[in-house]
Amino acid sequence: MKQWQNFSKGFFKENAVFVMLLGMCPTLAVTNSAINGLGMGLATTFVLMMSNIVISLIKNLIPNKVRIPTFIVVIAAFVTVVDLVMAGYAPALHEQLGIFIPLIVVNCVVLGRAEAFASKNNVVSSFFDGLGMGLGFAMALTMLGAIREMLGNYSIFGWKFINHDGILVFILSPGAFIALGFLIAFVNKVTKKV
Amino acid sequence: MEYIIIIIGTVLVSNIVLANFLGICPFLGVSGKLATATGMSGAVLFVMTVASIVTWLIQQYVLNPFGLGFLQTISFILVIASLVQVVEIILKKVSPPLYQALGVFLPLITTNCAILGVALLIIQKDFNLLQGTVYAIGNSLGFALALILFAGLREHLELMDVPKGMRGMPIALVVAGILSLAFMGFANLVKI
Amino acid sequence: MAKTESTFLNMFLTLLIVTAVSSLAASAVYNLTKGPIAEVQRLKLQKAISQVMPGFTELKKVQMMPATGSDSLTFFEGLKDGQEIGVAVKTYTNLGYSGLIKLMVGFKPDGTITNIEVLEQKETPGLGTKMATPKFKDQFMGKNPATFKVEVKKDGGQVDAITAATISSRAFCDAVMRAYTTFEQLEKKQNNQEEGE
Repeated sequence: MKQWQNFSKGFFKENAVFVMLLGMCPTLAVTNSAINGLGMGLATTFVLMMSNIVISLIKNLIPNKVRIPTFIVVIAAFVTVVDLVMAGYAPALHEQLGIFIPLIVVNCVVLGRAEAFASKNNVVSSFFDGLGMGLGFAMALTMLGAIREMLGNYSIFGWKFINHDGILVFILSPGAFIALGFLIAFVNKVTKKV
Repeated sequence: MEYIIIIIGTVLVSNIVLANFLGICPFLGVSGKLATATGMSGAVLFVMTVASIVTWLIQQYVLNPFGLGFLQTISFILVIASLVQVVEIILKKVSPPLYQALGVFLPLITTNCAILGVALLIIQKDFNLLQGTVYAIGNSLGFALALILFAGLREHLELMDVPKGMRGMPIALVVAGILSLAFMGFANLVKI
Repeated sequence: MAKTESTFLNMFLTLLIVTAVSSLAASAVYNLTKGPIAEVQRLKLQKAISQVMPGFTELKKVQMMPATGSDSLTFFEGLKDGQEIGVAVKTYTNLGYSGLIKLMVGFKPDGTITNIEVLEQKETPGLGTKMATPKFKDQFMGKNPATFKVEVKKDGGQVDAITAATISSRAFCDAVMRAYTTFEQLEKKQNNQEEGE
């Protein structure tokens, strides 16, 4: 039951994007299509899960003052792994996400969970926390990506439902901010009954 | 002339925050008050410039000659994290009031993706050291411009009668979108 | 287990060990993925060549410096039963909205464009990226740059630019023209050589 809570809180109650407003850079930058959002979300989920596991395992060995640098190095190692594996086995997606893959390192969600959860909890809880938070993040990115793709390109996951150019602004940077603003307002409405 | 173009290009044309989506966390997090926004911009200016120079040297003289390109992410982030620590220590000694104002945000600079992002972009764009330095300065000025403009707007936003559901972050994001739209007007001004 | 104290030695050792282990892990994965990554790159090039120049049985690789530009272009001359059927040119431009764009352009021996593939680009998604769609690049198919002016209509050429992405369209034309002019130079050079023999 407790593990279910650790897992499920990442989706709405403490969703990284909608509620905590963390990890905004990749959220805005790579969500010009649903598939990019999903790919970025899953890559982040993997890093988050693995770094949470490792950090909760070594938490007692790390002196307090070098805590943050140590966490970052661990995270950077997993990001490098994801980067290389994607380059080899998912080259098209790797090209699309570009510089934002190495930038998972500085995604505040990952360091935030390491600091706020994994450094205080056991391995099993940390694993479920990482998985839930990551999938919640992936869900948010996919939703935003889907909305922007539908409005901006009249397509969803690459399938075009109106054969015409979309409302271009939603694919460009201003659209990212505006779409996310309305999406957060909507999620607030649903979850908190504003 | 080349350097002026780089500066204009990074500040206005492809603004790091509004067009490249780097450094969004501090952009949204520290833009509540004009004073903190100014302080944060100063810290970023310093850290970004120094970090870009150091990471460039590491790439050129350590990673490239030994074929260690895959250690790029790990080594760059280590450099940035230690630099931030150094800045924190110096600031504490030299200017306690500024430290008081910025202390909370300094550790956050480590996870400011603008710093790592710019360091990586400089390598990707094949800049030489001087071009890279100018590029870093331009980008931090661009960051400062976006942050301070946005902080000014948000101070006004506080007094506005915003629909209940849109209050806080949602309306701030929409405003950021409009600001970004305004910056698109600079497109084609120069080419970098 | 007691928490390790923050003495200088402890801090130093912890960071050192963590960094060393991380670097080792990264290099292990690097060595594992090196093969597949190179393979992916090779396959991509191979696929692009056969897309723009179908039906070849033998390839001959030639490097040639273009008249303008900083880097040499790679020519893949396609032969079928000893007969030259065309050339696939790996070309580039730095004029893209986000800098470098790399294309593979296929020419028949007389200079007619057979097809174009986009190898690498970082253009604005949904705008400049449309250069890879048939709607844009198919207008080059079967055209000879000697008679078809490869420039966007705004600049007095015959190419329909992508909506709201004139810069990307211009850059695309630039890369194609760089390929074409260098291709002509190469042909001239080779013809001279044959006459000399």
